[in-house]
Formats: sequence, structure tokens, C-alpha cells
Amino acid sequence: MSTTPRTSSGFSFGRVGAMVLRYWYLLANSWPRAVELVYWPTVNMLTWGFVQSYVSAKSSYFAGAAGLFVAALLLWDVLLRSQQGFAFAFLEEMWSRNLGNLLMSPLKPSEFVASLMAISLIRLAIGMIPVTLIAIPLFGFNVWGLGAALAAFFANLLITGWAIGFLIIGLLLRHGLGAEALSWSLMFVLLPISCVYYPVATLPVWIRPIAWALPPTHVFEGMRAVMIEHVFRFDLLASAMALNALWIAGGVFAFTRLLAAARRAGSLVQQGE
Amino acid sequence: MAENVPREGTDDALVVRDLVKVFGAVRAVDGLSFRLPRGGTLGLLGGNGAGKTTTIGMIMGLVEPDGGTIRILGRDLRGDRSALLAEMNFESPYVDMPHRLTVRQNLTVFGRLYGVADTAGRIAELSRDFALEPFLDRRSGALSAGQKTRVALAKALLNRPKLLMLDEPTASLDPDTADWIRTRLEDYRRETGAALLIASHNMAEVERLCDDVVILTAGRIAAHGTPGDLMTRFGRDGLEEVFLDVVRGRGTAAERAEAAT
Repeated sequence: MSTTPRTSSGFSFGRVGAMVLRYWYLLANSWPRAVELVYWPTVNMLTWGFVQSYVSAKSSYFAGAAGLFVAALLLWDVLLRSQQGFAFAFLEEMWSRNLGNLLMSPLKPSEFVASLMAISLIRLAIGMIPVTLIAIPLFGFNVWGLGAALAAFFANLLITGWAIGFLIIGLLLRHGLGAEALSWSLMFVLLPISCVYYPVATLPVWIRPIAWALPPTHVFEGMRAVMIEHVFRFDLLASAMALNALWIAGGVFAFTRLLAAARRAGSLVQQGE
Repeated sequence: MAENVPREGTDDALVVRDLVKVFGAVRAVDGLSFRLPRGGTLGLLGGNGAGKTTTIGMIMGLVEPDGGTIRILGRDLRGDRSALLAEMNFESPYVDMPHRLTVRQNLTVFGRLYGVADTAGRIAELSRDFALEPFLDRRSGALSAGQKTRVALAKALLNRPKLLMLDEPTASLDPDTADWIRTRLEDYRRETGAALLIASHNMAEVERLCDDVVILTAGRIAAHGTPGDLMTRFGRDGLEEVFLDVVRGRGTAAERAEAAT
């Protein structure tokens, strides 16, 4: 019976799979973690769904764009939870004091972050699919009806979430759990200026250039164009994709620089609770 | 055995040459050189802050050296670090495994991370060697300190490492369990010809396991030799007294005699 390690100098999907398996075991062994994934999206969706129902009854504008708030909320949750899923999966290793074992294993940084992306997708699927299905009978809104546009919005928000996730885990590696709060709060900086629930035109003129520099702003404007004007704005999709290319490159650059700084500063041997 | 300025041989598992690490104004490791042959066991001793953890961190690739070289199994650590780490492993009571996962789940994950061809078979083998069967399907967080150490050692041996790094391998264990662990480590070295690097504050353990000892103070080698050589040179019956002589700057037996006259 051979137990010789199979060593590979390239990218290993086997090691990525091992990390995904590790997270799957965690979810399977800890039902509160699995419930928590569905809990907040459901609470948010119910709140905004009832707000939508109330406003629609009072305003013909909103009555003509049924599901606008719920759609905005669901897409915002994709953005928020893609980042949090990415960062929390990493934090799990710090909380359990397992990071040292992983950093001293053959797992490469590129494989580690690939596994965080995969885990982020799994968390999103567990958290969001049930909520989108609940929204259909409760509020008569079927987000899946957005079709190809939904896929484009989803992919762009996912990439933005990961870009910010790269920055956060870089900061965690460099500064340890002192940077933990960022993984909970950083994304909320984008909430008011990425125009999740209102058009960019609502913002003061001087803030608008900042808003347009954020990929999610283009996604949420695109979502409103689909839902209110029934037009798919390819220009907004293209600008979101171009900005996301810059953001993900920036996130990866920040992560690699912070990882190198952590190696120089010796902070990788001082990780943990 | 070790030399102050090591020359690398084909039988070396680890060669550290002129290693330097500076944190701000502090030279945590200051020109460290030693070698560890395959099949040998090197004890890395020193007081708190002497540079042991930083040295191990550099050997494992977690800390970037400011100077010097590290060659492991004949290859430079700055090359394919991942492939080298697949032939090494590490155990420390200060690093844990996920508490929510069972022992078997944790070992399965690490077996896959290390590319062990038959992970289930290897886990079964190690379970027998380390008597893990009674708690193999228990959550890792529910284990006693002794059980956790056995699991951590099983994890460290999953890939049959050619170089095994151990940081305080028997810290906080009762004497019976600690002795049992030391016997397993001796068996592993004898059966596989692996090299062991042990950082420890337990001098009895170092005397028993190590055939070469490096004592660090302020990031430099203050004493180096076999346990027997060191005890002879310092005129002491045990390594603990040698250690105290070194870290308190009392000198060797000859130096003390000269100072007394």
C-alpha cells in the first residue's frame, strides 16, 4: 500500500479540494453555521419585501417596478456575502489556530485563495437560493426571471466581493486578528455610494465620480434599467467588467504585497487568537 | 555532526548558513549556521526570545530571512517551497487543528493537502501506531492534551516527512505520555532515517532524543555540540545546568576555573 506523497510543483486542484472538504466538514458538523448563512438574507428579504409592498401601494412608480427593492437587496447580499464568505472562511483558520498548519503545508497562496473563492460560492448558494425561492410566493418577485442579466450582475458583484476579500485577508495576514472587524464592516462603506436602492442622480454631484468608480454602482444602475425601463444596458455591464478587472488586479496586488510584508515582519508565526 | 560553518553534504537534510533576521533594531537571528544530517536529531535550545521560533519560521518559509541561506534536502528553500514542504512536516502544541472536525476528518484533510496517495490507509496505520482508534471519530476539540498531541504527531507523520520539525513536542504532557511520545519519535527516526529538529525547554528530552545541540542566546550560537560534549565542556552532569551556564554567561568549566584563579 503506497503512502508516498504525490508532489506537484504546479497548481493543485487536489489541495483546493482538500480545503473545500475541510469547510464542508465544518458546515456539516455545525448546524448553527449553516442556519446563519440563510438567517440574515431571509430577515433582510422579509423586511425589504414588506417595505416594497407598502411603498408600491402608495406610489404608482414603485408599483410599476415590482420587486425593485427586493432585487436590490438580493444583489446587495450577493456582494456582501461573497466578500464575507471569502474572509470568514479564512478567519475560521485563525479562530481555530489552524493557520500555522496550513501555512507550513504544501498549500500555495494561490490554492488557498482559490479555495476561499469556491467556499464563498458554496456559502452564497446555501444562503441565497432558498431566499430567492421564498421571495416568489411571498412578494411575487422572481429574481431568476432576470435571466442572463442576473448572471451578469451576479458575476460582477462576486468579483467585487472577492477583490475586497483579497485586501481583507492580506490585512489579516499582516496585522492578525486586529484587522478582523474589517471583514464584517468594510463592505458597508460601499452601501451608500454604490447606489443600491436609488439612482446615482440622487447623490450630490461631487460624490458621483466616486460612485461611478465602484463596479457595483454600474450593476445596480443596470438592474434598475432592466426592471424599470426593461432595457439591458450593455454599456453598464462593460464598464462594470472593466472596473472589476482593475479591482481584482488591485486586490491580488494588495494581497501579495501584504503577504510579502507579513513574511518580512514575521507576523505569520504570531497568528492565532 | 554539526559544524560552525557547515559544508553541505549529500546526506544533509538541512543546512543553515549565516542566517540573519532583523526586526527593527533587534537582530533576532544573527549569523546562525548549522547542519542537520539525514537520520540525525538536532536540539535547538534557548531562552524565551533567543531566536528559536524565528529560526523555525525561516526554515518553514514563514519568515523572510534578511541574510543567509537555507537548504533543505539539497534544495534551496527559495525555489519550489510547496514541493519541499510536501517532504517536511511540523508539530507544535501552539498550533491547533479545527475543533469542530473529527480527528479522522482533520487527518483526511491534511492527508489530501500533503498529497498522500492512500490517505485512509495511512490514517489507519497511524491510528494503530498512536492508539487513536478510540477517539478517531470524536471532535478534535473534545480531546485531552495528551490525545491532541498524539493526533498532532499523527498529522505530522502523515506524509512520512524526511525532515520533521517539532516545537515543544511534549509540553504540558504527563511524564508517562511524554515518554511514550519520545519513544514513537525515536522509532520513526530509526525506521525511516528522517531528520528531526526539536525546539524544547525540556532538557531531559533533549538529552534523550538529540545527538546534536545548538544553544542560542540573542540570536547567536552560544554553545554547540553533542549533549555529552557539552556536559564535559561545561563540567556538568546534565544539560539543564549547561543551559543555565550558557544563558547566564557563566562560561565553560575551563573559563570558570580561570576566572576563579
